[in-house]
Amino acid sequence: MPDAAPSHVFHRRSTVIRRQEAFLAWVLRSATYLVLLSGALLLGNIIWRGSQTVFVPRPPFVNVAFLTQAPESLYMFEYQGKKMELGDQAFRQFKAENHLGDIKAESYVYSAGGIFPCIVGTVLLVVGSMVIALLLGVSAAVYLSEYAKQGRFITMIRLAILNLAGVPSIVFGLFGFGLFVIFLGWNVSLLAGWFTLAFMVLPVIITASEESLKAVPRGFREGSLALGATKWQTIYKNVLPYALPGILTSSILGIARVAGETAPIMFTAAYVVRDKLPWEGLTRWTDFFFQGVMALPYHIYVVSSKIPQNEYTERVQYGSAFVFMLIVALIATTSILLRNKLRKRYKW
Amino acid sequence: MPSASNPAHMENNPAKAVAFPATTDTPAGAVAAPIIDIQDLDFYYGRNRALDGITLQIQEKKVTALIGPSGCGKSTLLRCLNRMNDLIDDTRIGRGTIRIHKVDIYQPDVDVIELRKRVGMVFQKSNPFPKSIYENVTYGLRIAGMNNRGQLDEVVERSLRGAALWDEVKDRLHESGVGLSGGQQQRLCIARAIAVEPEIILMDEPCSALDPIATAKVEELIHELKRTYTIVIVTHNMQQAARVSDRTAFFYLGKLVEYDQTRTIFMKPANPQTEAYVAGRFG
Repeated sequence: MPDAAPSHVFHRRSTVIRRQEAFLAWVLRSATYLVLLSGALLLGNIIWRGSQTVFVPRPPFVNVAFLTQAPESLYMFEYQGKKMELGDQAFRQFKAENHLGDIKAESYVYSAGGIFPCIVGTVLLVVGSMVIALLLGVSAAVYLSEYAKQGRFITMIRLAILNLAGVPSIVFGLFGFGLFVIFLGWNVSLLAGWFTLAFMVLPVIITASEESLKAVPRGFREGSLALGATKWQTIYKNVLPYALPGILTSSILGIARVAGETAPIMFTAAYVVRDKLPWEGLTRWTDFFFQGVMALPYHIYVVSSKIPQNEYTERVQYGSAFVFMLIVALIATTSILLRNKLRKRYKW
Repeated sequence: MPSASNPAHMENNPAKAVAFPATTDTPAGAVAAPIIDIQDLDFYYGRNRALDGITLQIQEKKVTALIGPSGCGKSTLLRCLNRMNDLIDDTRIGRGTIRIHKVDIYQPDVDVIELRKRVGMVFQKSNPFPKSIYENVTYGLRIAGMNNRGQLDEVVERSLRGAALWDEVKDRLHESGVGLSGGQQQRLCIARAIAVEPEIILMDEPCSALDPIATAKVEELIHELKRTYTIVIVTHNMQQAARVSDRTAFFYLGKLVEYDQTRTIFMKPANPQTEAYVAGRFG
């Protein structure tokens, strides 16, 4: 029996349904906050620990060596009662200067120096594979939506493309390894990595580009054709420009994926370590495309799972992850700005 | 006292002033060679026959209105005249011919691009491109390869004046055409069509999305344009057909029911169906 008689007809009562309602809202809310919390913890952890490697308390406030040097082994030793901590090259120089010969030192792989070659490699991989993926993907989308006669065959092709999006990335890696590295004989190279990554994001780009093309009003095509434009003139001048913002949106997602994938490049493009930067020691300009590179995700994988763990390797792990996130964010922001600019220009 | 017959007032209100334009049409029988000659035309969407044995001659520098209830085939016929129906999959001409200047435009050796340059089109939904007004007007010439800035400037002014839009937009030629009002947009589309100097302009319900004032402006413009161009206009608005056209064709269920001088169609139609339609009893 509810307490005291309600003072008016709309008086709120506590019923089972009302309690269920409140409970459900609470469950849904906590699920959302849980997701938010875990994301924040992950990001916060990487930012907090990574920034300790990347930023330093003294001017210039950024750990320049970490961003501009290649990875080195770290050597720890005692010299004249002092604890010394030196990278590979500095250690050798130190030994030679002080005629130390065989000094006892503990070494930690990849824990000194920086990650510059990985940054360079990742940027090259992302830019190259996105160029290839956009060229192929937009062409395919234009064909599918503007030229092909719609029918069962085209529907099947679309379905196949959609299914490709669900293929695990390691399978793409093996595919690239078999086709580009072995069969075409490109070896482990930028080119093989570009194509493997491009094929991996193609489904996303084709599907999204097709949607963007379809969103361009039919009137623009008819208006152009009625003025005596050819089909290609119409597409090039009066359809593609308006679809470009949408295409760029999909490629932003593609960038994040391409930059982050480790599996497709571990067989096709990535080296554990390489002394030369991609533009060093080329005899012909074509050599550029046929060289392997270091890459951030693969480097993180190597330093986190392939070498003995300790506090020194941890610095590199978190530093690399932090820089990696910054780079992806930077590339994505650039594309978003470009897209917004285009959107403003072609508003209808 | 002069207010009733104020000429300026009449000029600004063609909707009221021009009930039936005085036609200089030759009497039926003594026909000048038509610019468009449609003979016994059947047209199909897939298996569905949309036009059934249409025979129709359209005279040069006249306004011909196509009227009839929705789905009667008038728009389909219009889109046959510049082969816009080619864009739709699974459409075909069953039998019959369409000749423009005595050339069968469905012959394989006809260049559709050239045809569409000569037979311009204005659509139901105004479709200015999301480019500047200037770029909209010069679009047809640019794709045809004209790049001479001076010539283009000239064409822009002439076309916009021709579409009675120049005074309204001359100070913002480089602003987007999408920013114009509905009526201005439609006149921009007309300017864009006349910029490529066609002979024939097809208008597919050009005023259906416009308010009465914008409609009056476009109708006034049609009167101007027929000095230079042959105009074929599809309309749902019977008053509009009566106001702007010299000849009217009434379609029903894919057939041409009656085709005559507009005055005759509206005052003394031969066919009871036509009479019922123009009197508003069905459709």
